[in-house]
Amino acid sequence: MEYEPVIGLEVHAQLLTKTKIFCGCSTQFGAAPNSHTCPICIGMPGILPVLNKKVVDYTIKMALATHCNINRENTWARKNYFYPDLPKGYQITQFAEPIAEHGYVDVEMNGGKKRIGITRIHMEEDAGKSIHDEHQPASYVDLNRAGVPLIEIVSEPDIRSAEEGVGYLRRLHEILVYLGICDGNMEEGSFRCDANISLRPKGEEKFGIRAELKNMNSFRHVQRALEYEIKRQQYILESGGEVIQETRLWDDSQGVTHPMRGKEEAHDYRYFPDPDLVSIVVSDEWIEEIKKTIPELPLEKRERFVNTYDIPPYDAVVLTTSRELADFYEETVKNCRKPKIASNWVMGDVLGHLKEDKKDIEGSPVSAVSLAKMINLIEDGTISGKIAKEVFEEMWKTGKEPKKIVEERGLIQITDTGSLENAIDNVLKTNPAQVEEYKQGKEKLFGFFVGQVMKITRGKANPKLVNELLKKKLSAS
Amino acid sequence: MELNQLTIHELQKKLKNSETTSVEITEAVFKRIEAVDDKIHSFVTLMKDEAFEEAREADKEIQRGNGGPLTGIPIALKDIMCTKGTRTTCGSHILENFIPPYDSTVVKRLRDAGAVFIGKTNMDEFAMGSSTETSYFGVTKNPWDLEKIPGGSSGGSAAAVAADQCIASLGSDTGGSIRQPAALCGIVGMKPTYGRVSRFGLVAFASSLDQIGPFTKDVEDCAIMLNAIAGYDPNDSTSVHADIPDYTEYVSKSIEGWTVGIPKEYFIEGIDPEVLSAVEAAIKEVEHMGAQCKEISLPHSEYCVAIYYVIAPSEASSNLARYDGVRYGFRSDAGRDLMDMYKMSRSAGFGDEVKRRIMIGTHALSSGYYDAYYKKASQVRTLLRKDFDEAFRTCDAILTPSTPTPAFNIGEKMDDPLQMYLCDVFTISCNLAGIPGISVPCGYTEAGLPIGVQFLTGHFEEGKLIQIASAYEKNATLERRRATI
Ligand SMILES: [Zn+2]
Repeated sequence: MEYEPVIGLEVHAQLLTKTKIFCGCSTQFGAAPNSHTCPICIGMPGILPVLNKKVVDYTIKMALATHCNINRENTWARKNYFYPDLPKGYQITQFAEPIAEHGYVDVEMNGGKKRIGITRIHMEEDAGKSIHDEHQPASYVDLNRAGVPLIEIVSEPDIRSAEEGVGYLRRLHEILVYLGICDGNMEEGSFRCDANISLRPKGEEKFGIRAELKNMNSFRHVQRALEYEIKRQQYILESGGEVIQETRLWDDSQGVTHPMRGKEEAHDYRYFPDPDLVSIVVSDEWIEEIKKTIPELPLEKRERFVNTYDIPPYDAVVLTTSRELADFYEETVKNCRKPKIASNWVMGDVLGHLKEDKKDIEGSPVSAVSLAKMINLIEDGTISGKIAKEVFEEMWKTGKEPKKIVEERGLIQITDTGSLENAIDNVLKTNPAQVEEYKQGKEKLFGFFVGQVMKITRGKANPKLVNELLKKKLSAS
Repeated sequence: MELNQLTIHELQKKLKNSETTSVEITEAVFKRIEAVDDKIHSFVTLMKDEAFEEAREADKEIQRGNGGPLTGIPIALKDIMCTKGTRTTCGSHILENFIPPYDSTVVKRLRDAGAVFIGKTNMDEFAMGSSTETSYFGVTKNPWDLEKIPGGSSGGSAAAVAADQCIASLGSDTGGSIRQPAALCGIVGMKPTYGRVSRFGLVAFASSLDQIGPFTKDVEDCAIMLNAIAGYDPNDSTSVHADIPDYTEYVSKSIEGWTVGIPKEYFIEGIDPEVLSAVEAAIKEVEHMGAQCKEISLPHSEYCVAIYYVIAPSEASSNLARYDGVRYGFRSDAGRDLMDMYKMSRSAGFGDEVKRRIMIGTHALSSGYYDAYYKKASQVRTLLRKDFDEAFRTCDAILTPSTPTPAFNIGEKMDDPLQMYLCDVFTISCNLAGIPGISVPCGYTEAGLPIGVQFLTGHFEEGKLIQIASAYEKNATLERRRATI
């Protein structure tokens, strides 16, 4: 029998606010344990939460970018459970009335588009972190993360393969980062993903029994874990067994999922409305205000790049991996009007150097305008493409303007026919044997002559002109 | 009369005219505490050193001509309000050594107003009780009769005012915890509208019901205290932006032409005959003052106790989850692992009544029961609120007994939680509806125990509440007594 996977993903994204969701503590990562805490986020008796409005702003932004309906009145709830890194004994979250529902994102799959539904987006506070010391019978709790704002984005069970799952995740990740509301760092836990996965016979409507997957800390983990889990469940079903509904942890070193130990199972969270917080009323004005701050999103940007700059879709994907890179590219094009050439330079030399230097595009020593100027020098014949590489190196190292480098180092291309003819005559005279062979039909030697001309002109000869003149001379003599 | 027996407004005049000093008043208060607190046990923690320091500071302010209505006045605080640097126990073993690093908003406001804090008063553990018998720190006794309970949960704050161990005090009221002990101790106690006074720094029992309010010797003092503590607080999202009038302006105003509703559901069988006749006399007095009293109906009243004992324990079960022995408070050393540590710390740290309510609340919120209990209770709560909205469309105020009986014997109801819960049958509705209420003395039983009458008004109408309570207090022909101990 052929089985079809049914996958739904739950993403937790940490919002990039300066302060926590219900108090004024900093959200900065990596500070000394418990240094970013106050009576509110450590849940002392008598304290009350006060909502950080930025959290709602950011969530509305994400909701609009993913085509969700915004619930004009949405409420807070308490999720009750005991854990040492949960200081109040409950997490403040949204339950019955989340801020946003019924959205979608389009994911590019093998040239086509697949639409994946978003069930809901809600806001909540993060818990702290427990640190267990293996060498002594003690655990430590760091509450710096307690109260850091999160949004949870729950997908519909629309995903049918590991590739679709990862495609969907990349898309969410990209949107969050583009919107500037999440740094997307998976290692630091700013972007986390859990999966619900079940199999059903192809054509069947009813869902099978699902497993919940946790502990996937990169896109690659998600890909491998989903692939593994599909195979595992398929094997169980094919051998007549039954999948157990349980939470399983991905073990990347072994490449398998393990069931999580029993104690975490069967929680009754006793959700109820949080009486300490009033409901959030979202007005039309508020939504309009946020709408104005939403930039063009990657998918739209890609389509526009392909259509207006006439560059290959592959280029468009690379150039839109970040908002800043896309801006850099567009600034370059604006100043040189050669979209494809600009794309080659940005994707090749600029990204290559950035990677080598471990820098972001914001840290590029060559500005978009300088790069455009350099491209213009190639286009107007001042320098050859080959010399341009040399100029670019220098620009990268010194930050100097290309024109200045060309002048200083005397790199202006030789377009003067007289001096080029001299150089060619010189080459032909010193290589009579090769000239003879060429005339016998060994046309491959043409490249050799070009190379020799370039050598004596130290690369400054205009290659097109050299070709023309060389051909003429060789056929004449 | 001794200084500690006077009211805020009487002392204020004496301070202004330099007839006395805050230090002298504070001395009188502590002399009284030292003389009688062994017997009454109003206090859990005394703040003597700080009090005299504040009193000296207040005297300087008064000399400079800067004093306000509360400058230099000794005030006691229910031990549920966080006081920076002074332990705040909530009457519980689990918080026996908890010293908050912050002041609650009300404490800050009173501090800014120049009040002198003399100590933290005893209470039912986590405010769960109606007799101040469930405190980990022992029982508080009624200054009118030491065999009787003072009411609760703010029994210590009520007894301290009644026994002149302070000039005024603050309590908190979740289902009657200010008005019921005020009635049983023969003083004035008010629960303001939900959202009128900040809850920041008030250790939460049931967050949608809790509200802080004053205990005073008369209604004018109540207005003075309310002026100091009322108002929006950015630290409490449920506190309300609304103009705060000067409540003292409502003192001694006439209620001629008012309509006062008498809800028939509050005159039920089982109400003590002496209480009933005192309250009926109060109705006549109010009519004498030119108001028209008419019978009204609040049809959902019979469900009040049931709704309350679903909603309050549900919220409490969640609010009290933080007392797990991990970060502060009592931790049992006996646990073998984390789960054990939780269980043993909470089993040993909480008293029986608190555990009973945590269990009720946990059950009511459990999946499969939520709809039948918590959700249903919330729906009926909305209906109850509508009852009051409807009533206040035609009434300026509502008059009821404050309690069904006068103070009862210590130990009498400790083994019968249901009987204990019925002590609040007349006060709970006010919390569920979020409206303000006040209890004012309206007579005595033959045995000499005080009886209280309760007035209720619409949301944020504390002004009218002061007006009718003050009119009644000034004009009723009532014998005035003092607790003698
Ligand atoms: Zn904090």
